[in-house]
This record gives sequence, structure tokens and C-alpha cells, in this order.
Amino acid sequence: MAVLETFYDVMRRQGITRRSFVKYCSLTAAALGLGPEFVPQIAHAMETKPRTPVLWLHGLECTCCSESFIRSAHPLVKDVILSMISLDYDDTLMASAGHQAEAILDEVMEKYHGNYILAVEGNPPLNEDGMYCIIGGKPFVEQLKRVASGAKAIISWGSCASYGCVQAARPNPTQATPVHKVILDKPVIKVPGCPPIAEVMTGVITYMQTFDRLPELDRQGRPKMFYSQRIHDKCYRRPHFDAGQYVESFDDEGARKGYCLYKVGCKGPTTYNACSTIRWNDGVSFPIQSGHGCIGCSEDGFWDKGSWYARLQDVSGFGIEANADKVGMVAAGAVGAGLAAHAAITALSRARHKGDDA
Amino acid sequence: MSTPQSGPLSDSDLRGTNLDGQQARTLRARKVTQIYVYEAPVRLWHWLTAASILVLGITGYLIASPPATLSGEACSHFQMGWIRALHFIAAWVFTIGFAGRVIWGLFFGNAWSRELFWVPFWKAEYWKELLGEVMVYAFIRKHAKTTIGHNALARTALFFCFTLTGLFMIVSGFALYSDGTGMDSWEGRVFGWVMPWLGGSLGTHYLHHWGLWVITLFVMIHIYTVTREDITSRQSLISAMTNGYRIFRDDRPD
Repeated sequence: MAVLETFYDVMRRQGITRRSFVKYCSLTAAALGLGPEFVPQIAHAMETKPRTPVLWLHGLECTCCSESFIRSAHPLVKDVILSMISLDYDDTLMASAGHQAEAILDEVMEKYHGNYILAVEGNPPLNEDGMYCIIGGKPFVEQLKRVASGAKAIISWGSCASYGCVQAARPNPTQATPVHKVILDKPVIKVPGCPPIAEVMTGVITYMQTFDRLPELDRQGRPKMFYSQRIHDKCYRRPHFDAGQYVESFDDEGARKGYCLYKVGCKGPTTYNACSTIRWNDGVSFPIQSGHGCIGCSEDGFWDKGSWYARLQDVSGFGIEANADKVGMVAAGAVGAGLAAHAAITALSRARHKGDDA
Repeated sequence: MSTPQSGPLSDSDLRGTNLDGQQARTLRARKVTQIYVYEAPVRLWHWLTAASILVLGITGYLIASPPATLSGEACSHFQMGWIRALHFIAAWVFTIGFAGRVIWGLFFGNAWSRELFWVPFWKAEYWKELLGEVMVYAFIRKHAKTTIGHNALARTALFFCFTLTGLFMIVSGFALYSDGTGMDSWEGRVFGWVMPWLGGSLGTHYLHHWGLWVITLFVMIHIYTVTREDITSRQSLISAMTNGYRIFRDDRPD
């Protein structure tokens, strides 16, 4: 049950000194890309604002978003869920279960109507009246709609909630549907990725908590502070791309030298995310750094965009493996041969009628 | 002296000219009608666009399938950088040319300069002419109706394979360019809506790549047909795009 105490109260109660608290505020400001002048603002917010209740629902998902979230280092996830927000319902992280847990959901929805944040991990399948995902005996889509009705804003965690991800890949038998196509009357913040970066998740929450508003979103509803640039734009292997030095296959000299992974299908140039700057596991590494191309997991429909090891998507319907280049070259060859034949017939017919119109 | 119609000349027609005394038939002498069709800005635009398409096609293909890896330090090469720079410069030439061509066609050019931008879908005459051209290319009919501007088949191909595809390449190209300049750049603000609509940055790359092949096939057919028409038809084609005058070799009614 949520208590109306401020973050600062909670932090002090946990034995955190004022000095550590201010340090934490400056670290958070830096993590959000804000200048030092925002530190007092963050400190003020934390000292005066009551913690926002957050209800975290799980639909069709694999819990990788939660796994990522609990590894956040800046800020530490314990600071987020114990000091910043009041995570009142999250069936994978909470101690209570069954009727007790569901009772909390109802209580928060009633007490903080219009003031809580709904975080959704996974998405609702709509086929067969939503029977492919049952929570507490009812289809998840019903729970989602019910909880969303009183929410201030909705956070779509991960590619499942944002775009549909693997369960919505063709042919999408359960008709898994992203949250913003089911909930049409609330602001939805998409935090795509499979999973999203831990610090991006906590960063979004911290921003909303601190400034009491949604972060600035791009056209697709993603927070600009984390999703306005491509992996490619800040990739440390970018100089090899510009120079024309590529890994041609995974066991070649280029791979050992850390050349650009473009030719082995890296989706960094077409993927908007912060992996190449924030990286993963407290900044240890990210896929490209470990020698594998980006698979574009934070892009809409990435499962249906062809191989992870080719830039150019295959064309279906030709029976054999074909891409735009192969089809194009065959077509160009056919057209070339056709034109040559046409020219030959033209020449023959002209030769036969020579002098007709001279 | 009578005024001869366009078409083959007789020996008497040469009398009093510098060809006096020669045989018209041996010379294949003929009188022709010339009409000024392609005004200078249109011709300039045509050749600038042709050059830009050549550069765009080659660099575009190399961006998708880069040449073999270069050895040595990254700092001593800028191969992909130059390929992309050339692509972007040529894209600007193509785009500014396209915009200038639209302005010329709308406000300054002659009637034929506007034929590129739509097809008279609802006119029976258009379909009749189109069928006629197809018959000629299928070797069923010998000669098509003469046209001052573009014939119906040429116009159809130009409209779909050049104008619409070119416009798509400009719009999707600038959307892709905003990948690099950022979503808050003017390219991102003006063309950013394109990418979510076409399946993200990767989907847009994919369709932009198909555009390369559509235009490649169009260029092949375009070069073949203008050459063929120039040789076999009742009017000139290639020289019309260099000096602007279309030559009609006869005045026969269609």
C-alpha cells in the first residue's frame, strides 16, 4: 500500500545521508543528459513530491524487460523502486500473490485514480477474445483496459508493448497487438528494445518523476533523449564504415581487427537506440562491441525484416532465395535480351522493306 | 516553284539550290518540318538528371553492397564516406533539377513540358494512341501516329517509371538522409513521417533500393526506344534533346 511520503523521507529513513542524496541527484541529472543547473531541481522534486504509484502489468512477454530493469546501475534499481516510485503492483517482483495481490491493484486504482502510472510489459493478444493470455482468470486485455482507464500515462516497456515483437511476427496467430493500438485515449510512452536498456528504463521513470511530465517524444512516441539517434551514429566502429573496412565473414581478419559489421548484416544504421552510448550491464559492452551486428531489436517489426545477417531483405514469393539485387539483375538481363531481340527484329523488318519510304 | 511537302524530294526540287544537278534519290534528299519542342531549360535539365541518375545508381548500389574491404588504418581511407558524399551531391542535383522542372513546366514551359506530370487517363484518345504504339512495338503496325511531344506509351512510362518513381526516391531519400542529420533537422521534420509509414529505416532503405532497379530498367528501355525511334519512326528523337527541334520526316496524315 502506497504511503504518501516523499523520496527524500524514504531515503533518509533508509540511512542515506544528505551528501549521498545530493550526489545521487547530480548523477541522475548527468544520466538524463541535463546540465548541473538541474541538480537543485531534481533535489527539490525529490524532497517535496510524493512518490508516484506505478502499476506494472505483464501481458504476453518473456520478462526480459524486468530482467533488464533490475540491473539498472545509474540510478540503481533499488533506488528507483524503493525511493523514487512506489511500485505497488508488479507480479514478478512483489511479495504478495493471488487474491492479495489483485486486491492491491484495485485499491491503488481507486485511491490514486488519474494519478498513477501504468507500466506495461508485453502486449495483449486479441484473437479468440483475448484467451491466449489469462491473468487472474480473465483475459489480459480486460485487465489492461481496466487499469489503463484510471492511469495518468502509460509506459510501454520493450518491443512487445511498443510494436508487438516476436509474438506479433507474421502470421501472428494470437493477434498480439501493441498497447497503443488498444489504449487510444491515454498518452503512451514507447520504450522499445528486446529488452530496453536498464538505464533507459529507469531514466524515463526518473525524468517523469522529477519534472512531473512526459519526456519529449518523437513521432513514434519514443523518448527523444534515448531514441533520437541511431546505434550507427555513435558506434565506435563507425570510422571503419566510413573508411570502407568491413568484416566480410565472422572468422576473417577484419573480424579480428574489429572492422565494421555492415556487410554481415549489422542493423546499427537503421536502428534508433542508445546501445552505443549507454551500453549494457553498467556500461560493460553492447552487441557490436562483442563482435556481432545489431539485430535492430528496438525497431518496429524487426522479426519480419529478413535475416539478421544481411542488410538487404529477401523477397518472398520467388521460391528461391532472392533479394532486390538478384531480382533486379535478372530483370535487367531479361530486359536487355528482350531489347536486343526487338532491335534484331526491327533491323530485319527494315532490311526487308528497304526503300519503301526513301 | 511549288512548295514541296515534307518527304522525299524530286530532282526538280533541287533546281536552283546548292544541290542543283544532283540526283535527289541518290542523296536520299527529303524536305522536313521542324518544331521547337524541348526548350533549353528542359534540355539542360534532361542531361543534368541523366548524369545525376548515373552517379546515384552506381553510388547507391555501392552503398548497399560496398566494395571489398580496404587494408591499413581507417584514418587513411574515406571510401564509403566519398561514395555517400557523391550520392548526396547527385541527389541534390536530381532534386533541385526536379523542382526546377516542375516550376518550369507549371509557369514557363510550353504545353509539351507538362506532359511528364500526369497521364490523360480519362481521354479515349490517350488509350487509342497507347494501343497504337503497343501495336507498333509488337510489329503489328508499321507506323504510329506522329506526336509533337511524347507519344502515349512514352508518356505512360515516363510518368510511372520516372516521375512517380523519381518523386518517391526524393521523398524516401530525404527521409533516409534524416537518419544522419537527426530527427530535429529540417529533413527529419519535413520527411520524418515517411519512415514509420514504410516500415522504419530498414524498410525505407529496402524500398529505396527497389527504386534503383525500377529506374535502371527504365533507363535501359528509354535509351533503346529513343534510339530505335530516331532511326525508324517518322520523327527525330535523340537530336531533339540536344538542339530542341523535333524533325518530322513526312506530312502524311495519320
